Amino acid sequence: MTEGPSARPTSHARPSNGDGPLSRIRVCDFSGQLAGAGATRYLAAFGAQVIRIEDPVRHGRWDILRGSPPFIDDRRGIDLGGAFQNHNVEKLGVTINLRTERGRDLVRRLVAISDVVAENFAAGVLARLGFPYEVLREIRPDVIYVSNSGLGHSGPYSSFKTWGPIVQAICGLSFTSGLPDLPPAGWGYSYMDHQGANMEAVAILAALVHRDRTGEGQWIDMSCTDAGASLLGPPVLDATVNGRGTRRPGMPHSNHSQSPVMVPHAIYPSAGDDCWVAIACRDDRDWCALTGVIGDARLHDTRFGTVAGRAAAQDELDGIVASWTRERDKFSTADAVLAVGVPAAPVRTPEERIDRDPATAAWGLWPEVEHAAMGRVRVDGLPVHLSESDWCIERGAPTLGADNDYVFGELLGCSASDRAALQEEGAI
Amino acid sequence: MSAPMGPLSGLRVVELASEWTMYAGKLLADLGAETVLVEPPGGHATRAFEPFVDDEPGIERSLWFWHYNTSKLGVTIDRDSAEEMRALRELAATADVLLQGDVQFDIAPFARDELIVVSVTPFGLGGPRAGDPATDLTLLAGGGPVWSCGYDDHGLPPVRGGGNQALHIGGVHAVMATLVAVLHRNVTGRGQHVDVSMYAAANVTTEAATYEWLVARETVQRQTCRHASQFPTASSLAPDVGGRLLHTGVPPRTVKEFEGLLGWLHDLGLADEYPETFFLEMGRDRGGVHLSDLATDVEAREIFAAGRGALTFIASRMTDHDFYVEGQRRGLAVAVIAAPEEVMTDPHFVARGFPTPVEHEDLGRTFTYPGAPFHAPRSPWRIKSRAPHVGEHNEMLG
Repeated sequence: MTEGPSARPTSHARPSNGDGPLSRIRVCDFSGQLAGAGATRYLAAFGAQVIRIEDPVRHGRWDILRGSPPFIDDRRGIDLGGAFQNHNVEKLGVTINLRTERGRDLVRRLVAISDVVAENFAAGVLARLGFPYEVLREIRPDVIYVSNSGLGHSGPYSSFKTWGPIVQAICGLSFTSGLPDLPPAGWGYSYMDHQGANMEAVAILAALVHRDRTGEGQWIDMSCTDAGASLLGPPVLDATVNGRGTRRPGMPHSNHSQSPVMVPHAIYPSAGDDCWVAIACRDDRDWCALTGVIGDARLHDTRFGTVAGRAAAQDELDGIVASWTRERDKFSTADAVLAVGVPAAPVRTPEERIDRDPATAAWGLWPEVEHAAMGRVRVDGLPVHLSESDWCIERGAPTLGADNDYVFGELLGCSASDRAALQEEGAI
Repeated sequence: MSAPMGPLSGLRVVELASEWTMYAGKLLADLGAETVLVEPPGGHATRAFEPFVDDEPGIERSLWFWHYNTSKLGVTIDRDSAEEMRALRELAATADVLLQGDVQFDIAPFARDELIVVSVTPFGLGGPRAGDPATDLTLLAGGGPVWSCGYDDHGLPPVRGGGNQALHIGGVHAVMATLVAVLHRNVTGRGQHVDVSMYAAANVTTEAATYEWLVARETVQRQTCRHASQFPTASSLAPDVGGRLLHTGVPPRTVKEFEGLLGWLHDLGLADEYPETFFLEMGRDRGGVHLSDLATDVEAREIFAAGRGALTFIASRMTDHDFYVEGQRRGLAVAVIAAPEEVMTDPHFVARGFPTPVEHEDLGRTFTYPGAPFHAPRSPWRIKSRAPHVGEHNEMLG
């Protein structure tokens, strides 16, 4: 591969999965970050043609991940951001200036040939740019238009600004993650960007199934905080049915298990710096097996013979288990506990689960893609395999405007001189 | 026009009951698929999961089971009875999707070219760990999420995020893949086998922890209620007037945000009392600060810290909810740290219809459940009914 912008590879008409199960689907994609880009990434991995629209004026930076760390080497630039690359594999990329009439005309022509339009701007932004559902439906009556925002498009807080940790704080996920008498530990990353993207993909795929049956399109209003709050069923029902809230002494304690009650059930210290092992004793059978492995006479106390008895002495039991785990390597502890049929796992570092784990390797979980500027890079794969129509991730994220010629030329029929004029006018 | 039906209406799912399948089964059922939960004669083990309605244990009283089995029909099958297994085969012969978890029936007799078989298991059907016992805790600990969650003090253990999220991550991936298989079948007429690994799912749900390693071989380190990072960042928690913790978000960076924060201090009469107001004015007047400046620009660092300080100062004067709503109205991305029960009475969630009444006619009561993850007006998500009783729909076995 040669260097420099002129070395951009010829656009591919189709993603790597050109015969994939979604190869009949084209997506006009205004989404960014992970909460939006993750949804269309999934569709692309199954063969959908996803055309990402970016802003030429701000060099694609309406997605703050473009050009942001991590970087693969000392080079910096809008085509070199590692997170953007991970979230946009298998997509095509074009630049369109939505502030110009010619740019908006290109969007209208693209919508006319798209099955799905996806966006995750703040609520109402794309409508103000001239593309509310009512307009898109005129262009393409059966279009599926999905808006993914922090708090949705209705309700008193729909204008509020969010990102992952704010979504998680509002919907209850941060509060319910932590140890007693300490602040919430929350989630140490944007969990709801992943789950928001996944739920958006469910919304799109379900709407495509509906369209296959009825011919109907629709506008879907997805709120990441609604999606997040839907992931806390049992604690919500304990409050709405039994009047027992989670804001109470001794709670939350998310390393223990209240639903169902399992004891002992925690993350225990292991030998070494910041090394930990998780053990979950599900029932009396697990308890007998675990006491056999640990071999500490204190565990044979008759008080511990039932779940209720163990639950009443949970902290005491945690102390005894920890006195055993503390002297041992986390891997050998987990292996010894698993060997007697009790669930256990070392708390794996990124390196341990990515580079030293035969299970993720055997799954093919870290596919390597070819990126025009970054070279060969590994990315997240998918946790499913389909026997007849599996996913495929081989192509890196598009460099800025990489597919302008293919999309504007071959798909929309603009001649080379038209395209030069569009560029001249600042429309692309 | 009749009321719109769910997007999956017309599809029949047969779910062989398992802790691992229940969330996927619920999503498919709430999205309109006729979903038949197949349990052993005495009911599935998850019916014994706490908590129970009115704290009285009972096979029809588990709130865990209620939540994960809305909109489903329920039948019982005795695997040791040839006659009942024949009835199950007849039921499966009418299914579009067969959903199975850890209890593996021999599904070979059910196989038809057009059937979609979805397996949701801790480690997938093959590979070096297939068959290992697992729970939500061990999947999240071994699979990556736990490494990134916990406290600044690494003497404290890392933390499992609450709420059965390994089940949800695996379950939502099972639904996504099922829908892909349905769309494939709509064209080809052919079904297939979908293999879902919950462990793999946890592994690709860790955001920066994974791609910092893949791209830069950097290892993120956990911090209290904020992103794990290889570089320590400042706390974003602050106590409100009553001591409740709230989230101050990322401090102001743009001119508009500095103006919003200064306006808030002035309106509260606190601009003179807050000792760093001068730095906020400096931030506004110099056109804001960029995060990338903080490493090298001392003035930018002071301004950024003053923003965080001002938010903490204001927080101490009001309730967490007032801080959240007023801060957001002034353009600042701050938040309440809500307990789940508080979400269900929050005016925003109520206005969107999120709290969802579900009738339990057997108890003569109606309870409020979490609602729709998205609004699709032409093909809505909807809880059709409470979870089934043991064998409630056995008549459909003929």
